[in-house]
Amino acid sequence: MMGLPQPVLLWSDALLFMLIAAVVALAWWARQQEPLRAAWAEVGRSPVAMASATILAVFLLIGLLDSLHYRARLADSPATSAAPQYSVEVSSALDALLTKLRTRSEKTYSAPLATHLYAKETAENSPQRDFPRLKYGGAHLGEQLARQDADIAVRTLRGVAAGVLCWLLLHGLMRLIGRPTPAMSLTLLLIAMLGGIAVSLSAGYHVFGTDKVGQDVLYLSLKSVRTALLIGTLTTLVMLPVAVLLGILAGYAGGWIDDAIQYIYTTLNSIPGVLLIAAAVLMMQVVIDTHPDWFATAAERADARLLALCLILGMTSWTGVARLLRGETLKLRELEFVQAARAFGVSDWAIMRRHILPNLMHIVLIALVMDFSGLVLAEAVLSYVGVGVDPSTTSFGTMINAARMELAREPMVWWSLVAAFGFMFTLVLAANLFADVVRDAFDPRRAR
Amino acid sequence: MLAYIVRRLLYAIPILIGVNLITFALFFVVNTPDDMARMQLGVKRVTPEAIQKWKAERGYDRPLIWNAQASGADRLTATIFFDKSVRMFAGDFGRADDGRDIAREISLRMGPSLAIAVPTFVLGLLAAISFALLLVFFRATALDFAGVVLCVAMMSISGLFYIIGGQWLVSKMWHLVPISGYAGGFEGTRFLFLPVLIGVIGGIGGATRWYRTIFLEEISRDYVRTARAKGLAERVVLFRHVLGNAMIPILTGAVVVIPSLFMGSLLTESFFGIPGLGSYTIDAINAQDFAVVRAMVFIGSVLYIVGLLATDISYTLVDPRVRLQ
Repeated sequence: MMGLPQPVLLWSDALLFMLIAAVVALAWWARQQEPLRAAWAEVGRSPVAMASATILAVFLLIGLLDSLHYRARLADSPATSAAPQYSVEVSSALDALLTKLRTRSEKTYSAPLATHLYAKETAENSPQRDFPRLKYGGAHLGEQLARQDADIAVRTLRGVAAGVLCWLLLHGLMRLIGRPTPAMSLTLLLIAMLGGIAVSLSAGYHVFGTDKVGQDVLYLSLKSVRTALLIGTLTTLVMLPVAVLLGILAGYAGGWIDDAIQYIYTTLNSIPGVLLIAAAVLMMQVVIDTHPDWFATAAERADARLLALCLILGMTSWTGVARLLRGETLKLRELEFVQAARAFGVSDWAIMRRHILPNLMHIVLIALVMDFSGLVLAEAVLSYVGVGVDPSTTSFGTMINAARMELAREPMVWWSLVAAFGFMFTLVLAANLFADVVRDAFDPRRAR
Repeated sequence: MLAYIVRRLLYAIPILIGVNLITFALFFVVNTPDDMARMQLGVKRVTPEAIQKWKAERGYDRPLIWNAQASGADRLTATIFFDKSVRMFAGDFGRADDGRDIAREISLRMGPSLAIAVPTFVLGLLAAISFALLLVFFRATALDFAGVVLCVAMMSISGLFYIIGGQWLVSKMWHLVPISGYAGGFEGTRFLFLPVLIGVIGGIGGATRWYRTIFLEEISRDYVRTARAKGLAERVVLFRHVLGNAMIPILTGAVVVIPSLFMGSLLTESFFGIPGLGSYTIDAINAQDFAVVRAMVFIGSVLYIVGLLATDISYTLVDPRVRLQ
C-alpha cells in the first residue's frame, strides 16, 4: 500500500507562495483605498485587460500546481519497515495530474498526433527499414490506421463538448461569487475548449509530438510555465526592496547619501547587462560545483540555481526603478504635506514610510508588471547563451535550445520549437497587454 | 564646452574604477583562483600541483591585492588586482585561455561586429521613426490601433524566434541568401542582408511604440496648436515641428547605444556565424574563459560611459536651450 507522500517545500515554492500572499494582502488593502479602487475599476472595465488577466490566471494556476512539491512514498518493503522510504525524485501536483503524459514516453522524436516514429528503424525480424509504430501515440487504433483522421475528429469534438460543459460549470460558479465580464467569459470559454481538445486528444496521442528522448512536448511546455513565472516575478520581488529603499533614501536624504547611491547605480548600469549576468552566473556555477554537499537532491540544486539566477537578474535590473523612485521622491519631498509632517516633528523614517512610499506605489506596481514580460523573454536568451537555468530545469529556454539543434534535419523537427514559442508568446502577449492597461490606469500623468 | 567634456571624463574615472572593483570581486573574491582551477581541471581527483601549475600559467598564483613578500612598489604591482584589473586601463587585456592576445583579437573582430550593428541600428531607427510618424499621422483611427496592436504582438515574440524563423524562411525555403557565414568587402553584403533584416524586424515593435508615445506627448503641446492655427498642413507640423522637437528624447535613447555597437550582438553573431565581438563573448562564456569575459565587461562599460557623454554633447547640438558648463 502506498502511504502519504512527504511534502517538499523548495525555496522557490516558499517565495512564490509568499508572493501570492503578499499580492492578496495588497489587494485587500487596496480595496479600502478610494483612488486605488478607481484605478483597478478602470482596469476591470477594459476588455483587453480582463481577457489577458484570465489567461495569466490560467498560467498562474498551472505554475502553482507545479509548485506543490512532494516526494512519493515508496512501497514498504519488509526489510526496512521501521522508517518509511521516500523516492529521491521530487514531483509536483502537476506531475501527478499529468502522470499519463509524463510516463507515456516514446523512444525519440515523433510529430504531433503521429502514430509512427519520426525516424526509420530496422525492425528486429524484417529486412527493410521502416517507421516503427509509437508505443502510445495512436496505439488504441490497432491496425486500423485509416481510422486515424475520423478518430481525431471525434476526439476533438468530444473535447470541445467537454470544454463547453466545464466552462458552463465554472461560469456558474463564478456568477455565484462575482460578475465575470464578457471578455473574461469568452476567454475562459476559448481556454476551456482548447484545454478540452488537448485533454481529449492526449488520451490517445501526443498532441505536440515528442522530443529527442521521447518526452511529450505538451508536458514539457506546461512544466516550463512555472520557470517562466518564477523568473518573471521573483526577480522583481528580490530587487524591489533594494530599489525602493535606495531610491527613496537617495531622493529624500540628498547630500552624500544621494551621491553614493547614484554612484552605485551608475556603476552597475555601466556594465552591459548580459555580460554582468553572464559573469555572475559563471561565478555562481563555480560556487555550486565546488560545494556539491550543500544540496540533498538534484531538484534542490536546480532550484538553488534558479533562485540565484533571479537574484542576479534582480541585482542587475534594480537600477532603473531606483532612478525613477529617486526622481519622484525629489518632487514629493518639496510638497506641502511632507513639509507639514516635517514641521510636526515626524521622524524621517516615518515620513518616508507613511507619506512618500504610498505615493510611489504606482511606480512600483507599473515596474512589476512591465518587467515581467521582458524577464520571461530574457530567460530564453540567457539559456541559449548558456547562463540560464540549470539544464535539468524545464524551461522555454532549455526547450528552444534543445530543439534548435534539430532544425537542420530533414524533414525538420519543428514541433517543440513551435510549442515553446507559442506558449511563450501567449504568456508574454497577455502580460504585455495587461501591463499596458495597468500603466494607463495608474500613471497619474496619463490620467484622462 | 571643452572644460565640460574634460570634467565629464574625470567623472568617468571613479565609475570605471567601480566597474573594475565589481568585476575583480566577482572573478577573484567570490571564488578563489583555486576554485576556478579545480572547476576548469575537473572537480574530482585534481592534484595540488596541477592547480599550482594552472594558476602559474595564468598569473593567478600571486596574492590578490597586497603582496607582502615583495618590496617597494612591487608590493602593489605584483598582485592579481594590478596585473589583471589595473592594466586594463592601459588597454592591456592579457591573453585568452588559448594563448592569443585579447586586445589583438578584439581589434580584428570589431569590423564584422560593426558591419552588422551599424546598418541594423541606422535602418532600425529610420524604420521605427517613420512608422511611428505614420501612426501618429493616423492617430485615433483604426489604423493607429491596429499598428499599436501589431507592435505589442511583435514585442511579445522572442528574439530567438525571429532569428530561427528568418533563417528558415529566407535561407532554407526561398534560398535567397546564405544561411550563415561572413566575408569582408563587397562580397560580404549577401551575408549581411539577413542578420540586418532580422535585427531591424526584431526591434521595430518596441521602438515604434516608444517613438509613438514621444510624438504623441509632443503633439499635445501648445506650439503645435499654434502651428495648426496659422494654417500649416498636418504634414509640415509633423515633420518640421513635432519631429524637430522630439529629437531630444529620441537622442537620449539612441546616442547612448552608438558606442556600444562595437560590442556587436551576442545572439545574431552566434546564429549567423559572424566572427565579431558578440560571438567572441559567447564563445568565451561557453568555454568559461574568464579573461575574455572580464575584458569584454570592461570595454562594454567604457563604451557605455562614452555613450552617456556623447548624449549630453548631442543635446547642445539639437537644443539651443541646453548649455553645458
